[in-house]
Amino acid sequence: MAKPFLSIERLTQQFPDGAGGTLTVFENSTFGVEKGEFVCILGHSGCGKSTIMNILAGLAEPTSGVVKMDGKHVSGPSLDRGVVFQNYSLLPWLSALKNVTFGVKARYPGWSKDKVEAHAKEYLAMVGLDGEVINRKPSQLSGGMRQRVSIARAFANQPKLLLLDEPFGALDALTRGTIQDELIKVWSQTEQTVFMITHDIDEAILLADRILLMTNGPFARVAESVEITIPRPRNRTEIVEHPNYYAIRNHLVQFLGQRSKELAGQQSHGDDQSPESVVIDKTATPPEAQSEPATLRAVSNE
Amino acid sequence: MIRNLDMRSSLLSLVILIAGLFIWQVTTYVPDTGPIGVELSQAEEDALLANNMLPEDIEFYASQGVEFAQLEQIASLNLSRDMIEAAGGIRALGISVPDQDSAPAPGSLFPSPTLVGKELWATVTDPFYVNGTNDMGYGIQMGYSLLRVVIGYALAALVAIPLGFLIGMSPMVYKALDPFIQVLKPISPLAWMPIALFTIGDSELSSLFVIFICSLWPMLTNTAFGVANVRADWVNVARTHELSALRTAVTVILPAAAPTIITGMRISIGIAWLVIVAAEMLVGGTGIGYVVWNEWNGLRLDRMIVAILLIGVVGMLLDAAFARLQRAVEYAE
Ligand SMILES: Nc1ncnc2c1ncn2[C@@H]1O[C@H](COP(=O)(O)OP(=O)(O)O)[C@@H](O)[C@H]1O
Ligand SMILES: [Mg+2]
Repeated sequence: MAKPFLSIERLTQQFPDGAGGTLTVFENSTFGVEKGEFVCILGHSGCGKSTIMNILAGLAEPTSGVVKMDGKHVSGPSLDRGVVFQNYSLLPWLSALKNVTFGVKARYPGWSKDKVEAHAKEYLAMVGLDGEVINRKPSQLSGGMRQRVSIARAFANQPKLLLLDEPFGALDALTRGTIQDELIKVWSQTEQTVFMITHDIDEAILLADRILLMTNGPFARVAESVEITIPRPRNRTEIVEHPNYYAIRNHLVQFLGQRSKELAGQQSHGDDQSPESVVIDKTATPPEAQSEPATLRAVSNE
Repeated sequence: MIRNLDMRSSLLSLVILIAGLFIWQVTTYVPDTGPIGVELSQAEEDALLANNMLPEDIEFYASQGVEFAQLEQIASLNLSRDMIEAAGGIRALGISVPDQDSAPAPGSLFPSPTLVGKELWATVTDPFYVNGTNDMGYGIQMGYSLLRVVIGYALAALVAIPLGFLIGMSPMVYKALDPFIQVLKPISPLAWMPIALFTIGDSELSSLFVIFICSLWPMLTNTAFGVANVRADWVNVARTHELSALRTAVTVILPAAAPTIITGMRISIGIAWLVIVAAEMLVGGTGIGYVVWNEWNGLRLDRMIVAILLIGVVGMLLDAAFARLQRAVEYAE
C-alpha cells in the first residue's frame, strides 16, 4: 500500500515522571493522514494529543519514531505546517492585520507590501473580519475574533498541513458554531490537509472526514479511526437528521465514556500500534453492514 | 469622578506647597534690625570731606553699608553720585561692597524662599552666561552634566542590551555570567571612582566610566529577564514561520521584551542622574554637581538651593521621557 501523505511511524514519547522514572505517553503509534483530508483527534485530557501535535508541528522531538510528510522526514518547524494554537498566540503588540501579514511576509518574502496586505485582507475576510476591526490589537478583540485572526494567519500561509490544537476550546457555543462554519468554508476553498484536536464530539462529526480516537494515558494509543459517512456540505441542523449521525455519535460517546478507560495502559510489546478502521454506514445496501460496527465494538474489547 | 479626583489632588498639592513655603519663610524670617548703615567716626568723615566728597554722598553710601576704605576709593574717583549711578553704580566701577539683596540675613544663614525665588528667576532668565571658568550659567553647567550622562549611559546601553539578549536567550551564558553580575551589581557607583581615577587617570573619563558602570546593571538584568521570559507561544509562532534567529530577535523577542527593557533603562537613567551629581562633587571642574559643591564652599546657600532644585527638575524630566517611551512600547495581552 502506498504511503499516505502524512505518515506517523512508530512514534514514541516518554517524559521523566518527576519521581525518577519515565512516563510513556504513547508508544509505537502508527497512523496516516491523506492529502486534503480533514482529520480530528478525540481523546480525554492528558492522553497526549497536544504532544502528538507538537511533534507533527516540529516544535517537539519524539523519543523515537518518525513523521514523514510527502515522503520527507519532518524535523523542526516549517512553513509547510501551519499551527493554530488553543490560546491563539497572536502577537499582542501587532494589529489583527499585522499579525496576518507577519505570517505572509515570512511565507512570501519576495512579495510587495501591497500584495502581502491584499492577501492578508482576503483571508481575514474569509473568516468574517473586515473594515475597522482588522486594525485593532488582539486585546481589543473578543476571543472569537482572536481565534479568527489566528485561523486567517494559518490559512493565509497556505501550508500543506494545518494543525489545530483545540482551537475553539475557550469559546462559547454560539461563537464556536460560527467559526466552525468559517473554518469549513475556508478549508473547502483551499483543499488543505487539516489535523485538528478537539474534545467536542459534535464538532468532530461536523468537521471531520475521519476521527481518530485515543485511549487514556499513559501508554495511550490511537485505537480507532472512524470514518464520518455523512456527505458534504454538512449543515449543523441537517446532519442530525442523517441516519448515520446518531450511530456514529453513540459509537464515539461509548468510546470516550467507557472503552477509552478499558483500553488504557496497554503496552505495545514492540508492535506497531495502528488504529482499527471503523465504518458505520446505515445507508449502505448490505444489511449486515448496519449491525457490523455494533458487534465490532464488542469484540475489540478484550 | 476622575476629573474631580485630579482637581482635588492638584488642590492638595498646592496647599502642601504653600504650607511648605510658608513654614520655610517663617523659620528663616529675621526681624528688621534697622538700617545696616556704617557709622563713620568724625575723623573718617573729615578725611572724606577733605577728598571733595559731598556730605550727602557720604551719608548715602554709608547707609548702604559701604565701609570707610571703599568710601575712600569712591572719593578718589572724583565723580558725582549721579555720574557714578549713571555708570552702573559703584560695583560696576570695581569697588566691592556688600550685596544687600542676596547676602544671608545676619542671624540666619539659611536663605528664605523669597531670596531663593529671586535667584531662581535670575538663573532661569539668564541660564547661559559665561563669566570665566568658575562662573557660568546653570544652563551651561547642566549641559555638561547631561552630556556626561548621555555618553556614559549610551555606552552602557550599547553593551547591556545586546549582552542582556545573549544572557536571556542562553541559559548557559546566564549561568556563567550570573555570579559576576551578582557581585558587581551591588557595588556603590562611588566605590568605582577611586578605581577609575587610578586606572584611567583622567577625571573626565573617570566620571564617564562611573556613569557607564552604574547604568549597566539595571539595563542588563532587565533585558536578560525580559528576553528569557518571552512567552514560549510567541517564540513558537516565530519558529513555525521559520524566522531566522536575527529576525526572531528583532520582530518577536524585542517587542515582547521591550516594556521590561525600557523599565530597566528608566531605572538606569535615574541612577545615572543621581550618580553624576555625586561624581562631579568629587571630581570638580564643571557640571551641576560641581556647582552645588562650589556654592556651598562660597556659602551661597541660595544659589546652591537653586542648583539643587534644578537637579530635581531635570531628573524628573528625564524620568518623564522614559515613562512616555514605556507607554509607547507597552502592550496589553
Ligand atoms: N514537557 C513535558 N514534560 C513532562 N510531561 C509532559 C510534558 N508534556 C506533556 N507531558 C505529559 O504528557 C501527557 C500528555 O500531555 P498532552 O499531550 O498535553 O495531553 P492532551 O493534549 O491530550 O491533553 C500528560 O500526562 C502530560 O503531563
Ligand atoms: Mg492539549
